[in-house]
Amino acid sequence: MNMHTKPSQEFVMTRPDDGIKVGDPLLVVDHISLSFGGVKAISDISFDVRKGEIRAIIGPNGAGKTSMLNVINGFYHPQEGTITFRGEKRTKMKPHVAAHQGIARTFQNIALFKGMSVLDNIMTGRITLQKRNLLWQALWRGPAEAEELEHRRSVEHIIDFLEIEAIRKTPVGRLPYGLQKRVELGRALAAEPALLLLDEPMAGMNLEEKEDMSRFILDVNQQFGTTIALIEHDMGVVMDLSDRVVVLDYGRKIGDGTPDEVRNNQDVIDAYLGVSHDE
Amino acid sequence: MLYREAGDFKTTYRADQQTFPIKSERILFWAFIAFAFLIVPFFINDYWNKAVLMPLLIYSMAALGLNILVGYCGQVSLGTGGFMAVGAFACYKLMTAFPGMDMFSVVILSGFVTAAVGIIFGLPSLRIKGFYLAVATLAAQFFLVWVFNKFAWFYNYSASGQITAPERSIFGIAVTGPSTAPWATYLFALTILFVFGWIARNLTRGRLGRSWMAIRDMDIAAEIIGVSPLKAKLSAFAISSFYIGIAGAMFFANYLGAAEVGEAFGIDKSFLVLFMVIIGGLGSILGSFLGAAFLVLLPVLLKNLMVGYLGWATDLAAHIQIMLVGGLIVFFLIAEPHGLAQLWRITKEKLRIWPFPY
Ligand SMILES: Nc1ncnc2c1ncn2[C@@H]1O[C@H](COP(=O)(O)OP(=O)(O)OP(=O)(O)O)[C@@H](O)[C@H]1O
Ligand SMILES: [Mg+2]
Repeated sequence: MNMHTKPSQEFVMTRPDDGIKVGDPLLVVDHISLSFGGVKAISDISFDVRKGEIRAIIGPNGAGKTSMLNVINGFYHPQEGTITFRGEKRTKMKPHVAAHQGIARTFQNIALFKGMSVLDNIMTGRITLQKRNLLWQALWRGPAEAEELEHRRSVEHIIDFLEIEAIRKTPVGRLPYGLQKRVELGRALAAEPALLLLDEPMAGMNLEEKEDMSRFILDVNQQFGTTIALIEHDMGVVMDLSDRVVVLDYGRKIGDGTPDEVRNNQDVIDAYLGVSHDE
Repeated sequence: MLYREAGDFKTTYRADQQTFPIKSERILFWAFIAFAFLIVPFFINDYWNKAVLMPLLIYSMAALGLNILVGYCGQVSLGTGGFMAVGAFACYKLMTAFPGMDMFSVVILSGFVTAAVGIIFGLPSLRIKGFYLAVATLAAQFFLVWVFNKFAWFYNYSASGQITAPERSIFGIAVTGPSTAPWATYLFALTILFVFGWIARNLTRGRLGRSWMAIRDMDIAAEIIGVSPLKAKLSAFAISSFYIGIAGAMFFANYLGAAEVGEAFGIDKSFLVLFMVIIGGLGSILGSFLGAAFLVLLPVLLKNLMVGYLGWATDLAAHIQIMLVGGLIVFFLIAEPHGLAQLWRITKEKLRIWPFPY
């Protein structure tokens, strides 16, 4: 256990244990194909994400990375293939059901709730964990308030962890881009996910912000033991952070392995040659 | 100086989440409530009750309901008049079918009936948004009014097509019918508004409220954090309609006494309540009250001023009033979408740093 000074013995993962050991597959993507009309976004891709690891998904623009995340959390329904999460195979699933099963994510383009404060945005992350019914909520005093305070405490830990104490009451729309990305991570973390999907968490950030974000991602992985799948274009970041990398190109998988293996893979080198991406 | 927020730092999360985190504001609120419950009933007369207080209380209730749907959940509705009609007719049918039932139960049950109808007319919201949803709710408005006109069962086959409230009471005190005392109807409506205003505040500050706002701000992101759009939207329609149904029931039974559906619950009601919500502040409980107060009081004030004081013709005054309200709507939509509630907040912030703004 990493005894960090900052958080948080109190911030514990309350999700029931799924019996999967660290290192065993938590998510298995099996022969997934997805097309939009004539456009084949994903063709026959298989890979897995092991419990406790940071798994990077890389590839040139339009490779199908975001589509893959959308399949995993139920936004897109693939024409072929299956997804097995925490040992349960599933076919069609709605995103909110995926959330209840323990999948949280951030978006390539920030998708925060613009009319709400930082605190409220992160509190929404705990919606799947709040259980009090309508009548208790209407009454407020008693169980509903107690529950609210309990979740507020957890959210404050996340706010401390992400070092955004000073802006907790600020409407998110007023924050600079880098901080918004951080708040979005906070919202995803608040759900105490078993699997955290991050779609280009560092896109558009300056060097310092990237370093902060890398540190947060590593800390989340190490301190909370959260399994992470992340899409990233910055190769330096990918090589530093990830345990294993899957490489997509034109909707196909062209590489899969440790950062070193992938770096030396000829198909991957070819795919990246002459392809412009935003780095 | 009323307000001093300065130096007011919270040490517990509980204190931080209070409805009125500032002590002076809390005192002011309770003083106001005490005044409304304990003082006003002694001085109330029929004019004040009919012209100001009852409309104020009843429209506040309707505005609260509509604000839950439009302001919190982001689902536009032009069906308020229709839903008020559902509440009114449910109330009438309950009053006539169960003469022994106390008026409080009648009103609450009318709310539940309206909630059920609201869920049905909320179903399109699962498929359509914005302008298209507004049109769908507009259709609901016309459909509901048509139904209550068309099927005589709803008005117990009365020759005039009107519904008339018989005398009903609570704790032995009549609150409907021709022989009610102003203080009785006033206290009845005030109590209901107080209780449900408090409930609305509770619902909007917890999980349910956040899931509504999440749907309002970005429905896709709401779904990935675990909000079921079906549950969030339909619960907003149900609860909103519940409030509006109660408002409709009281409007008919406690305020008008007799009503003809097209006249009492037409499309103009839908717009009036929507304007209240916009002027008062979308997504604000306080705003619902402020908006209702503003649009109830403004005509009374203008009428007294222009007709009573300046001696202008009534229809001229009415036209000026319509223009003024229209102008205000445009102003608020463009300049201050968060309405009077936001202006109030800004004033408070200004007062906090007053007199040294730096
Ligand atoms: N909803 C959709 N409808 C039609 N085509 C889509 C849709 N979503 C994705 N696509 C197509 O699928 C392909 C893969 O897109 P995707 O967004 O997954 O790429 P990406 O790897 O995330 O790229 P980037 O690095 O630019 O984010 C693209 O050709 C895209 O146009
Ligand atoms: Mg993408």
